[in-house]
Amino acid sequence: MPLPSLPATPTPGQPAMTETLSLTDLAVSHAGALIQSVDWTAIAPPLVAAVAALAVLVADLFVPARRKQLLGWGTVAALALALLALVPLRHGDRATFCLKTVAGTTDNAGCSYVADHFALVFQLIALGGALLTALLSLHTVDEERLPGGEYWFLLLSSAAGAALLPASRDLATLVVALETVSLPAFALVGLRRDRLGGEAALKFFLSSVTATAVMLLGVGFLYAAGGTLHLTALADGLDRAPAQLRHLAEAGAALTLVGFAFKVAAVPFHFWLPDTYTGAPVPVAAYLSVVSKAAGLAGIALVTTLALRPYAPTWGLLLAVLAAATMTAGNTAALRQRPDAPRGAVRLLAWSSVAQAGYLLVPLAAAGYGHSGSSPLGATAAYALVYAVVNLGAFAVVAAVGRTAPGNRLDDYRGLFSRRPGAALALAFALLCLAGLPPGVVGVFAKVVVFRAAIDGGLGWLAVVMAANVVVALYYYLAWTARLFAPAPAPEAGAEGAAARPPRTPAPLAAAVALTAAAAVVLSAAPQLVLRVVDAALF
Amino acid sequence: MNAVLIALLLLPLLGAAATLAPRAFGADPEVRGRRALRFGTAVTGLVLLLAVALAAGFDHGDPGRMQAVTDVRWIPALDVRLHLGVDGVSLPLLVLTALLTFLCALYSTRRLPDGPGTPSPLAFTGLLLLLEVGMLGTFAVLDLLLFFLAFEVVLIPMYFLIARWGGEGRGPAANRFILYTLLGSAVMLLGLLLLGSEAGTFDMIALAARHGDGLSRTTQVTAALAIGLGLAVKAPMWPLHSWLPDAHTAAPTAGSVLLAGVLLKMGTYGFVRVVLPATPDGAAALAPYLGALAAVGIVYGSLVCLALARPGAGGDLKRLIAYSSVGHMGFVLLGIATLTPTGVNGALFANIGHGLITGLLFFLVGAVKDRYGTADLDRLAGTGTATGAALYGRAPRLGGLLAFAAVASLGLPGLAGFWGELLAMFGSFHPAAGLSRPAYLVFMALAGLGTLLTAAYLLTVVRRVCMGDPAQAPRTDAVPATAPLADVRGYEAAAWSPLAALTVVAGLWPAVLLGLSAPAVKSLLGGG
Repeated sequence: MPLPSLPATPTPGQPAMTETLSLTDLAVSHAGALIQSVDWTAIAPPLVAAVAALAVLVADLFVPARRKQLLGWGTVAALALALLALVPLRHGDRATFCLKTVAGTTDNAGCSYVADHFALVFQLIALGGALLTALLSLHTVDEERLPGGEYWFLLLSSAAGAALLPASRDLATLVVALETVSLPAFALVGLRRDRLGGEAALKFFLSSVTATAVMLLGVGFLYAAGGTLHLTALADGLDRAPAQLRHLAEAGAALTLVGFAFKVAAVPFHFWLPDTYTGAPVPVAAYLSVVSKAAGLAGIALVTTLALRPYAPTWGLLLAVLAAATMTAGNTAALRQRPDAPRGAVRLLAWSSVAQAGYLLVPLAAAGYGHSGSSPLGATAAYALVYAVVNLGAFAVVAAVGRTAPGNRLDDYRGLFSRRPGAALALAFALLCLAGLPPGVVGVFAKVVVFRAAIDGGLGWLAVVMAANVVVALYYYLAWTARLFAPAPAPEAGAEGAAARPPRTPAPLAAAVALTAAAAVVLSAAPQLVLRVVDAALF
Repeated sequence: MNAVLIALLLLPLLGAAATLAPRAFGADPEVRGRRALRFGTAVTGLVLLLAVALAAGFDHGDPGRMQAVTDVRWIPALDVRLHLGVDGVSLPLLVLTALLTFLCALYSTRRLPDGPGTPSPLAFTGLLLLLEVGMLGTFAVLDLLLFFLAFEVVLIPMYFLIARWGGEGRGPAANRFILYTLLGSAVMLLGLLLLGSEAGTFDMIALAARHGDGLSRTTQVTAALAIGLGLAVKAPMWPLHSWLPDAHTAAPTAGSVLLAGVLLKMGTYGFVRVVLPATPDGAAALAPYLGALAAVGIVYGSLVCLALARPGAGGDLKRLIAYSSVGHMGFVLLGIATLTPTGVNGALFANIGHGLITGLLFFLVGAVKDRYGTADLDRLAGTGTATGAALYGRAPRLGGLLAFAAVASLGLPGLAGFWGELLAMFGSFHPAAGLSRPAYLVFMALAGLGTLLTAAYLLTVVRRVCMGDPAQAPRTDAVPATAPLADVRGYEAAAWSPLAALTVVAGLWPAVLLGLSAPAVKSLLGGG
């Protein structure tokens, strides 16, 4: 299997390419073609994160124990730098690792790495989400005595994978990127060495490895049927595939999608998620719910709309059913969360993230029906952006509350407003955005965009299912919001000193809360900032 | 002019935002609360002044034209525009909203429910102002998605007003209110999106001007059904009304007044503004069903009220007035269902009339509940041989006002309740072409029966609450002796007299309102 960093030379297994590149060309006029020129600017975002990951791992050996905080700040700086590296790419016209055609020119169909707008949006989510996770983690690493060097290394590696994934345009790179996201994540979940953490990591690991194996099988089938790994070329290959290979190709498509469905925790591949989230440190749960999920979603979007175009109606229906089942199951389970259950807050957010994944799948399903003018993928991108901001905001407050109430039950949020008005307002706003109810205006319009995609695609029934789900979800979001403003419980005897003055929130954590809340408020006033991706040509 | 309309929406929004900074209102919670309430009164008062200025600057010679129009891009990606404007249909509702909110704020400065677990008045002010933004916005916006947004803005403040300041059973009532309405509005959103994406625009003016051109009949019926369902939940139309009695009973006085006075109108306004002009075929297809359900609602509401008013039934006065709203809104919906200018004008008039009268009634019942500690008719008036609560004898002005509001509500000619119901029935006597006249005659007969029943229960209420021998009036926990009951206080008079006065004005001089709405309705119905 060719790795993305290798120079892409034609192999006998790629019949689609042999007609565009002849041996004489190689021998005579393109002597330099064996040494591929790499567009370093284009790959800078994942590269910065990957290099920083190695740097942190090495630096860990030399930094004295009491200065380990520096590693965390280094990670924050590296992720900020990686985000900055997105700026020069904003025109979305870069591509690299390309196969050359006869004339020596390239088109994006033969490229393994394309930094188009789709990639940029999801890279923004991945790197921004990782940056906020790093801010959330700074105090966790100290307080829970997690091994600093490893933690930051794993986070950066995973972020590098998440940034690579949306830009990769061949199945091999896609699989490698997805594994780069997941493998460090298992370790991150398991870093807290207690029973819960171990169980969480094991569940996550086993289900994820199964998914990967299934997906690799699917990729193999697709390669066999289509004759290429490049997504766009694969679509043509599948179109021209001989009739006896059609079943193989369809099985391959289904298996590949199943693999991705595991990653986004779509029903029925979602059962690992709540235990994993609750067992992991809160920032890691936040990371999984946003970055890892966005990566999986980007993968589904790429595979379906680019590679599996010939089977659009089939996967359109499949994704629609998945979406409906996912949102319904997620919301039903979230409804049943008891307020006094330990770690109930994280568990509720876990189920809510299952439901949200269902909403995110709706436009992808609509893309399969695709008789609308504009691509519905923009709706998914916009919704994912909004979801990333507000979900991280909610997790940030949960992390802050979790410091004083280790149980992190939903009941611990009763009367939060009277104790910490700022945190309570931030959480309330985030929850209302997730619910899609004003004053969380950006949440409303994110939902509107998804609804519109469904209706434009002719998926009226899915829109109705989603409407019902939005109402169901409102109930638990609102119950939580109401709890924030409920009268504070009578302080227990002996705990009065602690109740009088909550311990100061660490600055990075406060910054994460403030940042996400401010972003949500600004986006609510000017939703165009994020909704512009709806109409943009993403590919 | 358009600056006035923008300020009208911006001012309460900024006011609501200001309440998020508690430090600005002083350090001491007591002082802070008082200042917050006064701040709320000042802001809503200013909004009322702006609304009056808007009405004064309105070109009354041409009420069918959109005036004070602002139209700027907001979210180009979704084609959402900040498109605002008023015409003869929305202007009275805007003024009514501003007036009722101001009166509620004024009333609340003196009479805000407090006790353990009640949040600070600061939060109350913030929620009230946010509520006002949503209510005013609904009547002022001319973009479908913005309409939906404004429609939703009211949910959270009203939820918290009920859930935190409400009476018995407030938690379930608030939940039921918000889930019901949200379910309705989610369906409405689907309808709006269908309409917008088929027509290619979300602009209400453009949609109204097109009058359904270019939309297939199926699209129109589906869109009208979806949008209509959402609006019917809000209005509320029988059998989708069941959230209303609980919400009203549990809500604090200010909440009940605004719920009945304004929130219900948002539903009927939506019918007139969106469904009738944008999907005329859909409206025509669904009108008979709407009319039938409206007629059932009228009779049903009155029958429930009759049952509640019966001695021994343990009826709650607030619940009774809530059910009477179901009946009254039935007249509004019946007027709309006739699809005739007469009927729709009647509906709009009844909207305003109901807002004034029921607002006043909820204020009065709230005051009775404050004084007696209960709104239970049996405990107020007694059962069996008891003669009644004797409000005339014990608090004559309060009793007199209650009787006034009750007879206004039953549609006494010369008061605001009369014209709307008359016109609605008149409209259904001659429904629009294409509608089955016999069916509408039946609806009209049912509505007529409803007016009789309405008179019956309201007069029962007046007899049981206002009349009687003061010496024999039953005792309640809050009023142990037959000591004179506090009569109308200064702040109460200030909050109630405008409503009473306007009820008389609207009843004696209906041309003011009808002159405004008639040309606008004509253009919305496509008659010019």
